[in-house]
Amino acid sequence: MRDVVIAGIGQTPVGEQWELSLRNSSALAIQAARKDAGGLKPESMYVGNLLAPVASHQANLGALLTDNTNLEGIEAYSVEAGEASSAAAFRMAYLAVASGWVDVAMAVGVEKYTDRAGQDQDDPIYQILDYDYEYVQGLTPLSQAGLLFQRYLHENPSAQRDAFGAFPLIAHENAVHNPNAMFRKALRPEMYMKAGMVSEPLNMFDVAPYADGAAAILLTTPDIAKDLPHSLVRVIGSDTAIDTLAVHDRPDPLAFRAAGISLEQACHQAGILPSDVDFFELHDAFSIYAVLSLEAAGFAPRGEGWKLALGNTLTRHGDLPISTMGGLKARGFPLGATGAYQIVEAVLQLRGQAGENQIPNARLGLVQSLGGPASTAVTHVLEKMA
Amino acid sequence: METNPALNSILLKSKLPVGIIGYGVYIPRYRLPAVEVARIWKDGDTSGLPIKEKAVPGLDEDTISISIEASRNALKRALIDPTDLRAVWVGSESHPYAVKPSSTIVAEAIGCSPHVQAGDWEFACKAGTEAMVAAMGLVGSGMARYALAIGADTAQGRPGDALEYTAAAGGAAYILGPGEESLAVINATFSYVTDTPDFWRRPKQSYPEHGQRFTGDPAYFKHITEAGSHMMKEMGTQPSDYQYAIFHQPNTKFPQRVAAQLGFSKEQIKTGLLCPVIGNTYAGAAVVGLTAVLDEAKPGDRILMVSFGSGAGSDAMDITVTDKILERQGNATKTTDYIARRTEIDYATYSRLRGKLALT
Amino acid sequence: MEVPRHWRLKKQRYALVGEVCPHCDSKIFPPRDVCPYCGGEAKTQFAFSGRGQVYSFTKMTSAPTGFEQAAPYTMALVQLEEGPVVTAQLTDIGDQSIEIGMPVEMVTRKLRTDEAERGMIVYGYKFRPVMG
Repeated sequence: MRDVVIAGIGQTPVGEQWELSLRNSSALAIQAARKDAGGLKPESMYVGNLLAPVASHQANLGALLTDNTNLEGIEAYSVEAGEASSAAAFRMAYLAVASGWVDVAMAVGVEKYTDRAGQDQDDPIYQILDYDYEYVQGLTPLSQAGLLFQRYLHENPSAQRDAFGAFPLIAHENAVHNPNAMFRKALRPEMYMKAGMVSEPLNMFDVAPYADGAAAILLTTPDIAKDLPHSLVRVIGSDTAIDTLAVHDRPDPLAFRAAGISLEQACHQAGILPSDVDFFELHDAFSIYAVLSLEAAGFAPRGEGWKLALGNTLTRHGDLPISTMGGLKARGFPLGATGAYQIVEAVLQLRGQAGENQIPNARLGLVQSLGGPASTAVTHVLEKMA
Repeated sequence: METNPALNSILLKSKLPVGIIGYGVYIPRYRLPAVEVARIWKDGDTSGLPIKEKAVPGLDEDTISISIEASRNALKRALIDPTDLRAVWVGSESHPYAVKPSSTIVAEAIGCSPHVQAGDWEFACKAGTEAMVAAMGLVGSGMARYALAIGADTAQGRPGDALEYTAAAGGAAYILGPGEESLAVINATFSYVTDTPDFWRRPKQSYPEHGQRFTGDPAYFKHITEAGSHMMKEMGTQPSDYQYAIFHQPNTKFPQRVAAQLGFSKEQIKTGLLCPVIGNTYAGAAVVGLTAVLDEAKPGDRILMVSFGSGAGSDAMDITVTDKILERQGNATKTTDYIARRTEIDYATYSRLRGKLALT
Repeated sequence: MEVPRHWRLKKQRYALVGEVCPHCDSKIFPPRDVCPYCGGEAKTQFAFSGRGQVYSFTKMTSAPTGFEQAAPYTMALVQLEEGPVVTAQLTDIGDQSIEIGMPVEMVTRKLRTDEAERGMIVYGYKFRPVMG
């Protein structure tokens, strides 16, 4: 295995991209990443996407995206791992370069959510559930998170319900200066506390908004990238782990086992401890998932992840900044494209290009994407090259 | 060749003794008080309300789900392996499918398929007793050891119509088997049937039509009194021979009046008269009354049940309770427990639960 | 319409018929092709009692396609007395308040209707507060 660096990144604003199709938005991200990488052409492309075959009646995105961006003839196909699809696609690109199979590979995350409306809009998302035993009973990802949240509060009676508000508050605060974020407005604690319940005990602000988006990352070898005008970010840890598809099949549903395992393995590969990192881009699709991810990662003991939210530990000025560009909650949650955004944002931090949101001297970043309630977890450790 | 003496009688009597080896009931949780209907349609005039309140099915309930729960309760009392059932017959006028049997779903759910007869019966409010008579034939002829007969409905009443006060949901299930295994032996049954169009529902219509006062004397009263009196005459019994009597109960008054006409006291019909508190459960009405009676009956008690189905006909059954009743009564949820499980709803909630709000 | 996929699961849905592993005796629901405890093939049918308790619950205000008419409804994780946990709706709650640990029992109800009034009615397990 050889060293792999990130040579180029590109992203489009997350939100309701009425004017942009799957073709258009992915092309913007692909072209931006290539330009950022000095025009490097990928030899293979891995597309992370969840909805297109149902929501856009479009399969074979590998052909669609390469055809549309004049990359015909290269290896290209989709990788699907629920909302962790583009994180998994990034891992495929990493492995393709690390193995020596190709010298330049691209990971693209693209999602088109807003072409549908009403009940039809969310139907394709419910594919992430166990259809026969969860969805058919009337469950949705939202209520699945509600079940876990309720259980968490039951098992940890000392947990302060309002403390969970720190996660959306931090996310919104960090999104203010992210030009690609969906919600660039800070949230006040009283707004959180007054928000209506959507799946009790989850309120409206505990839930990340689904959106359109596309982001791309170009990976190559340090040698090929050595003359680029920006700092290089190296992928020093990459791992993915699987848990049961349905929450009810887990011996301990509050233990995000796959999240813990993939993070441990990725850190092991990187030769670091989780506590060594300068920030953690985690999967805050729901406030409770941020807490469970922090606990699975070992940043807090079981049942105490919510306590991290009490001080400023998780803010940009704390010891473990999370969701530094807004996270899923405020940057927006473009489903299968989310992982690619998380990587792009981590790269901005490590290059020192995060603007107002810059974490001072950021050198090590931890990025974790989840498919469903950590049915799939993909974790990467990124390092700024000296 | 030995002949069945019943062949020379108008009574239907099986060659082999047949009885009820298990029974079960189901009544939904929700109750719509009649005053709520009056509030909406009669400017709150509550004089002459036909009942106190009626049982309304939840959004996820229908004749099939009601039949399944009643059948499971019957199996708990019958103490037999469901695969020993040879028939599942569901009588109802609100089968969820116009074409596709309710009975196959019930059979699958209670675990007695596939080696079983299955079919749906329809005879307005007497579809349940019709299924019981057929089951008696199957068991009494020796063709089968056990057969399950169900009467259940989620009855429809047009908004504002007199039926809306009473059209209710509920059902009962009976497992019939050999007389010697029975908790109550069915001594005989008798049917009285004429072509009397007092009430009907044409295909694709949501609500039934009825002949108003024509549903009374020439229909309900004529058929029940004929069936009841023929039964007693042929059996050589009198009203005083029965501890309990149960009559089809579309409202509170009709069964009281028909009981008086046949010579039964209020005391004899009290236990089985549930219409005031659960409404008219149509194909379930008489047979749910019978579960309430069996819940409290003692060995040796004799019961007369007469159903009525519009169109029109009545099935009368003469039943004697055996010693086995005592050990089975407590095996499943009792009728009074279902009646006590009660959540009152208003007309708006009722409209929603019964699908009266047009969403498309 | 997806008739075959509902049809083939009818026994599990109507009556909580799962499996018992012939190798390690674990009770399994939903049924699996391979026992999650010992890795042996699991094919022996086992009918669960339907009794259990609420492991967690949440009230849903918006519902997915096919469930709109039922909203709001309460989803739960129910721990069966034989061990497995299932995802299911709670029904017949009336004015009772739901708590974790509350005893519940299985009933067979309408889960959903495909294509509104025209489609197949899907029946399956739900749980209600234990009666009596």
